[in-house]
Amino acid sequence: MSDRPEVDDHSGTETTGHEWDGIKELNTPLPRWWLTIWFGCIAIAIVYMVLMPSWPLPWADTYLKGLRHYSERATFEKDMVKLAASRGPDEARLINTALDQIENNPELLNFAMAAGKSAFGDNCATCHGSGGVGTFGYPALVDDVWLWGGTLDDIKYTITNGIRSTGDDTRFSQMPAFGRDGLLSKDEIKDLVEYVVSLSGREADKAAVARAQPLFADNCAMCHGEDGKGTRELGAPNLTDADWLYAGDRATITETITNSRNGVMPTWQGRLEPWTIQALAVYVHSLGGGE
Amino acid sequence: MNDSAARKGIGLDVLTLGVFLSVLALVSLFLTAKTEDPLMKVHAVILLGAFTLGIAALFMRAASGLNFDQTRYEEGLIKAGIVATVFWGLVGFLVGVIIASQLAFPNIMYNPDFGWMNFGRLRPVHTSAVIFAFGGNALMVTSFYVVQRTCHARLAGGVWAWFVFWGYQLFIVLAATGYVSGITQSKEYAEPEWYIDIWLTIVWVAYLLVFLGTLWKRKIKHIYVANWFYLAFIVTVAMLHIINNLSVPISLTEHKSYSLFSGVQDAMTQWWYGHNAVGFFLTAGFLGMMYYFVPKRAERPVYSYRLSIVHFWSLIFIYIWAGPHHLHYTALPMWAQTLGMTFSIALWMPSWGGMINGLMTLSGAWDKLRTDPVMRMLVVSVAFYGMSTFEGPVMSIRAVNSLSHYTDWTIGHVHSGALGWVAYVSFGAMYCLVPWVWKRKRLYSNDLVEWHFWISTIGIVFYITSMWVSGIMQGLMWRAYNSFGFLEYSFVETVEAMHPYYIIRATGGLLFLIGAMIMAYNLWRTARGDVRKGESVPDIAPLPSAIPAVS
Repeated sequence: MSDRPEVDDHSGTETTGHEWDGIKELNTPLPRWWLTIWFGCIAIAIVYMVLMPSWPLPWADTYLKGLRHYSERATFEKDMVKLAASRGPDEARLINTALDQIENNPELLNFAMAAGKSAFGDNCATCHGSGGVGTFGYPALVDDVWLWGGTLDDIKYTITNGIRSTGDDTRFSQMPAFGRDGLLSKDEIKDLVEYVVSLSGREADKAAVARAQPLFADNCAMCHGEDGKGTRELGAPNLTDADWLYAGDRATITETITNSRNGVMPTWQGRLEPWTIQALAVYVHSLGGGE
Repeated sequence: MNDSAARKGIGLDVLTLGVFLSVLALVSLFLTAKTEDPLMKVHAVILLGAFTLGIAALFMRAASGLNFDQTRYEEGLIKAGIVATVFWGLVGFLVGVIIASQLAFPNIMYNPDFGWMNFGRLRPVHTSAVIFAFGGNALMVTSFYVVQRTCHARLAGGVWAWFVFWGYQLFIVLAATGYVSGITQSKEYAEPEWYIDIWLTIVWVAYLLVFLGTLWKRKIKHIYVANWFYLAFIVTVAMLHIINNLSVPISLTEHKSYSLFSGVQDAMTQWWYGHNAVGFFLTAGFLGMMYYFVPKRAERPVYSYRLSIVHFWSLIFIYIWAGPHHLHYTALPMWAQTLGMTFSIALWMPSWGGMINGLMTLSGAWDKLRTDPVMRMLVVSVAFYGMSTFEGPVMSIRAVNSLSHYTDWTIGHVHSGALGWVAYVSFGAMYCLVPWVWKRKRLYSNDLVEWHFWISTIGIVFYITSMWVSGIMQGLMWRAYNSFGFLEYSFVETVEAMHPYYIIRATGGLLFLIGAMIMAYNLWRTARGDVRKGESVPDIAPLPSAIPAVS
């Protein structure tokens, strides 16, 4: 190392005189723009610290509150008060209006539909699908097929209390697992499947259908009805139409009779506000097939 | 190999490591016998096998009577580190592509029969593989190379340096097998359970000692800036790792443990760790890499010594405060959020100091960007570094964060840093190192580096632009209200809207993986000594393995 550091030819800047594995360093001063912006950032940071809650003061068990005395919690509470003020009257009116009267009040109906759509998307669509189109095991809400009834009151009851849920007033029924529990033999179930297929007017093995007639009367008719048209009080589906909660092909019907299904819908009472449930009933009723 | 001048006899390093490994083997034998936890049993067996192999390797070394030649650089370890870096890189990128496709096509890529294949298990495999396995190996191998060359000293500690390397690979294997089998303490980027954490601590302290020991015996008066950054990385990561992982295992023979912290204190500790893992692992460490390979490849002096001093100290002082910006609008006290945000803003220029020093070093050698794709890769990495270290402070501003937080924007930000900066500077370093340590005159193919560069760059652009659009859209959809004050969109509608961007993102990731595969092939052929026909790749000046006698 010489006393006078060498000067880099390209930049005309002195080097520091150090060298590591062929790497040298220029002694370029700090870029002015870099320092300026940095000091500017620090200034902004300090101003922000003065305005907003910042440094903790642990010895006094508090912190610098800042000139603006900003509090996230207070802001949130203020927002909630504002929301309650703007929405509260509609919520109260929704609760105090009979379900079948809501549609007579276009303004209230608008509110109910908006509330219903919003609540449906985040609570119901998970199972019933976007817009209530339904899927395997989860009923479609856009058609006129209703297991437990499709009037405004029926729908509200179902949402409030659920189906086979933990609620005290839940809708409840239980189809036995005929195969798994040994109530029917495999052959009997095979015959019954043919019978169920024939109910919806499809081609089926005639001999099997004849054999299954007494089986159906003894085991199924109590809930699904002599004619297989179902019973709403028990949520027992109509077997004579083309709509199936779990598909209507032979394999799926066999599975249903063998192991049963017993799908569950939770009770929403206590989870959703009463006015939300009211709005949901109106919304679901409007989706297509409300009675 | 080059150990002709070596002393005979068993060195102190071999002796101490032998005793240490024997004790560990006994402990793991005890653990294998005692534990009734099936998951821990698997790990105990892996540990026992690894320690036994280690002892066997030591015996063979002792029997050969060889000792490390102190007049030459340690280069075998560098070669092993390069292989590990490339291998884990490919693994990490591949798992990334898989989980990106799972997000894009959750119905197709769902494996109910192979639970370990699903997103929740594979996501930490991806993050740990790219950050700790790929990034960690890249940092370790380059730090070992750089500290030797800039100190004119062979690595300290003899076989302990090899212990650091293999111990770290063992940590990676334990972590990854743990994730897929369900061993996790559920702390992001700190998922491994207590006994894996203890193992990493042992390895890391050995790493620190090897690095410090090498600095100690340096023959050059000043310590080069790259080594400041590497040292800051090693020391701070040790501190972060130990504190964030303080926990109480439910028993010494069970894998499960409970964190010493709870509630918002736990969250704050976690993000103090998490943010500084970004700051000291992914920033300081890789700046160390940049400070050696950029001036070396450009054959130009570092732009400003003063800037390197000022930005080094300001970076490490300010970074450590910025963690709370990960917890804006949470239960974290407002004053802590303010500090996190303000320090993040003050951090912008200190971060950019590294970018300026990197880019301006090219002054006088800009023409190399046209002719040397490796140089271009290094420079683009510095550009991405500058972009993400600007984006970060912007996202730390509370108003911006209220839109960006929890959205894909964050994912895009992380990947512009991870793919653009961390991976590119590592790729550049690998392209430099392989011909150097395998003593080849040139890379197998410059054209393949061009292909790698362009395919990967397009991949990165796909990735980050799709995540910007998707993230901002997601944030806007979440906060959209109708005139009654109800949310305009349900959550599932926002997920649906992201579908096309997830496909673009997965495509970008795939391109990045293809680029890395091209690199792996190119490096392998280079190491073999091949040169692609029809290409005139410029010669590389040979780098001797012998340490210069006097500096």
